Amino acid sequence: MVKGRIHSIETMGLHDGPGIRTVFFMQGCPLRCKYCHNPDALSFKGGKEYTVSDLLAFAKRYKAYYKSNGGVTFSGGEALMQGEFLLEATKALKAEGIHVAIDTSGVGQSSYFESILKLVDMVIMDVKHFNKQDYKDITGLSMKRTDAFNDALRHFEGKLWVRHVMVPGFTDNEASMDAFFNNISHWHKIIEKVEILPYHKLGVDKYYQLDLEDPLKDVEAMDPSIAKDYELYIMNKLKGLKIAV
Amino acid sequence: MDKFKTGEWQNRIDVRDFIQVNYTPYEGDENFLTPITERTKDLWDKAEALIHEEIKKGIIDIDTTVFSGINKFAPGYLDKANELIVGYQTDSPLKRIMNPYGGFRMVENSLKAYGYEMDEVMKSEFVSNRKTHNEGVFDAYTDEMKLARSAGLLTGLPDAYGRGRIIGDYRRIALYGMDYLLKEKKKDLKELNGDALDDIIRLREEISSQIRALSEIKEMALSYDIDISKPAKNAHEAVQFLYLGYLAAIKENNGAAMSFGRNTAFLDVFIEKDLSEGLITESEAQELIDQLVIKLRMVRHLRTPEYNDLFAGDPNWVTEAIGGMSNDGRTQVTKTAYRFLHTLKNLSPAPEPNMTVLWSEALPQNFKDYCAKMSMVTGAIQYENDDLMRPLYGDDYGIACCVSAMGIGKQMQFFGARTNLAKGLLYAINGGEDELKVNKSGQHIHVFDGIEKNTDEYLDFESVMTNYDLVLEKLAKLYVDTMNTIHYMHDKYAYEAGQMALHDSMVERTMAFGVAGVSLVADSLSAIKYAKVKPIRNEQGIAVDFEITGDFPKFGNDDDRVDQIAVDLVTKFSNELKKHPTYRNAIHTLSVLTITSNVVYGKKTGSTPDGRKVGQPFAPGANPMHGRDQMGALASLNSVAKLPYESICQDGISNTFSIVPEALGKGDNDRVENLVSILDGYFTQGAFHLNVNVLNRALLEDAIANPEKYPTLTIRVSGYAVHFNRLTDEQKREVMMRTFHRSA
Repeated sequence: MVKGRIHSIETMGLHDGPGIRTVFFMQGCPLRCKYCHNPDALSFKGGKEYTVSDLLAFAKRYKAYYKSNGGVTFSGGEALMQGEFLLEATKALKAEGIHVAIDTSGVGQSSYFESILKLVDMVIMDVKHFNKQDYKDITGLSMKRTDAFNDALRHFEGKLWVRHVMVPGFTDNEASMDAFFNNISHWHKIIEKVEILPYHKLGVDKYYQLDLEDPLKDVEAMDPSIAKDYELYIMNKLKGLKIAV
Repeated sequence: MDKFKTGEWQNRIDVRDFIQVNYTPYEGDENFLTPITERTKDLWDKAEALIHEEIKKGIIDIDTTVFSGINKFAPGYLDKANELIVGYQTDSPLKRIMNPYGGFRMVENSLKAYGYEMDEVMKSEFVSNRKTHNEGVFDAYTDEMKLARSAGLLTGLPDAYGRGRIIGDYRRIALYGMDYLLKEKKKDLKELNGDALDDIIRLREEISSQIRALSEIKEMALSYDIDISKPAKNAHEAVQFLYLGYLAAIKENNGAAMSFGRNTAFLDVFIEKDLSEGLITESEAQELIDQLVIKLRMVRHLRTPEYNDLFAGDPNWVTEAIGGMSNDGRTQVTKTAYRFLHTLKNLSPAPEPNMTVLWSEALPQNFKDYCAKMSMVTGAIQYENDDLMRPLYGDDYGIACCVSAMGIGKQMQFFGARTNLAKGLLYAINGGEDELKVNKSGQHIHVFDGIEKNTDEYLDFESVMTNYDLVLEKLAKLYVDTMNTIHYMHDKYAYEAGQMALHDSMVERTMAFGVAGVSLVADSLSAIKYAKVKPIRNEQGIAVDFEITGDFPKFGNDDDRVDQIAVDLVTKFSNELKKHPTYRNAIHTLSVLTITSNVVYGKKTGSTPDGRKVGQPFAPGANPMHGRDQMGALASLNSVAKLPYESICQDGISNTFSIVPEALGKGDNDRVENLVSILDGYFTQGAFHLNVNVLNRALLEDAIANPEKYPTLTIRVSGYAVHFNRLTDEQKREVMMRTFHRSA
């Protein structure tokens, strides 16, 4: 039976999707984002192995808290890198009537994308950057790696949240935000929410614990109010688009 | 009275029936509530000033001229012109009473600590002519009981002070008037016949005392120019009569917990009637409740400073149970439930009265949302599962102290503090000897015979369990025998006639045992089972520390491997207790509750096999050990929810939950919605109790550094709320150590 590697579980996830959510942080990610706050979840080794039925049994313990809008979110690490497990786990959760969201960078095992997107209720798409050079600079990967998932999302019928982590000196300017908007505007029909997440320093301890160099050690935290302003800026532009259509 | 709907309540004492046929459930929101009136604001300002003065000085005054009693004190006022609801315990607000009947030394020590002296004649008369509960108990204690007590195996026993945990049905006075209550009691006495043996003789004597107490309550009320011989005629009288009943209880007794009952739906009937007849306005209705709550915040008892340190301030557990459902499916939430909670805003957030919301899945959504909002703003509310209690106690129970349910006027409790299960586990390893307490020649004291000392290099789960079972069996018998002794003597020397007069004569009794250290013992046994635990022994072969190799499942992560150990532990101990007969055939119950004493338990317990070092605090109540819950808040709640309530821990299971506001969601609306979902989710799994603190650790740090900035910062600890500033430094540190849940 297929097994998944899970880095950790948060039973009271209140940010990664609507309502109260059980968040499974999958182990392993091919990206090396400079602002990563889960560096301990990057390696494809480690974590704890779960079968689909282990995971389902665990999630069912929290059904009482889900009510109408809560459920399960797969985050990471990168959930789409464990495509088969993600697909089977989603099937099992949906059979129990549990709302499923995936929180992803869009990089993963593309052969599973279509079947996964048919089942999940929500995608939280973390847009790392919107031009090739900067994408590569921030994540260490080619932006091409997100093409397949972006294509697959064209046929997605669920809800979409778009996220972007804003780091001081990187994308905290209007030109970047316009580029960001152009990058996501074709999804406007399914976008429910855009979140500009201000870069914070809460993950820095993990770098010390793992004896890793923090690539952003000289960068300050992002002022949340500026990030909020840009978030409203994007949301308003999207609204304009909806009215125009 | 003629405007109320008729029912059985007119043919016998049946307050529940009166409420059921007359109350108006309220499903709307809080927008009808009104602010504090000017005169009540005036009164509250004066009261608050006096309370602040008291905190500074330690005490306002003590009446050293007379001992406690229902009608021993002249009437007292703070600001007579503005006092709509009157009555203080003595002739002056916050002046405390000497109550020597539980134990004389407690009174003497308290007087000494505050620089007061008792009148010499009073003292010698009392000492030479009157025996106390405390003296009676020590006449009858066995050596083993004394040892277990001094080693801290049995702790906090009510053998030197008032036991409390009794709730009079104070509503009876408002509904029936004293003349009717007297008539009924006299009838009960007349009809009580049978073989004149212990049970009947004792009960006849008690009912006679109750009859005298009822007359004293009536006279005490008259000293305030209030005639309570007939039923209350309006809402003002209903609130006043009810309070006078409670006032009599706190004049007569200084019990550890003197709870108020379940009064909001009852008072609402009177208030609704007056409102509908145009006799009062909403603002006047709110004022009655505000003024009642001011009085409840000024209840004081004379206790030693050490006692106040242990419990952080001056707690009285003036617990009021709010909301819940009726058996017929209607909610018992009324507008007065809102009015009561609204006092937290009209006055200020405060620990007393101990606001206890009886939570049901079926509560109106508006009320759930309102409670969640108030929890976030004030941190002064606790929640208990009505869906769990209602089938066992009916729909007219209240909560004594923190978590003890009892039918109002129908049941009472023999309070039993708690035993230290972690120490018990160490006895199982150390051959029944205490790991800390030594005798004069330096030998560890020997509490239990017949337990073999463990000499294994690594602890073996099976052999530790075999010995632990033996310890639990011996401990259960010792505990029941000790409690029987205590309550026999309390009935004899410090009987609560005034409170029991407001009960049915044939009352049902529970005997409430308690345990501390459940999560600690579960983790310790889990470590022994799943990791390798090597005891470090001293020259007497006592394990004074433990070396742990490897990881092990820890309580608080929703992991059945260890959670089941906790369930088995409380089940085993509960079953062992039930094997031993109780005084007056009381029903055995058990609580998992520590209040703030988890710090003191820690001090008195050696290192434990879970890795906790000697002196470090226990987790409060049924909480997981500090920082060991690693799977998020709901896994932690789920672990605690597994502990069984019905017939096992039926005196309550306390859980304190602290969360940073940001973790509850992004905006206020999300936070309210999420908190309600958490409460619903937790309670639908059969969980019993939750204290909710929505707090920043940084805020608490600031409050430690700048106490003057946070005069009313109120947090829930275990089963009750405290002003944060009144915790000791040690208790503050312990609160800071607790897991503050944040979501990833």
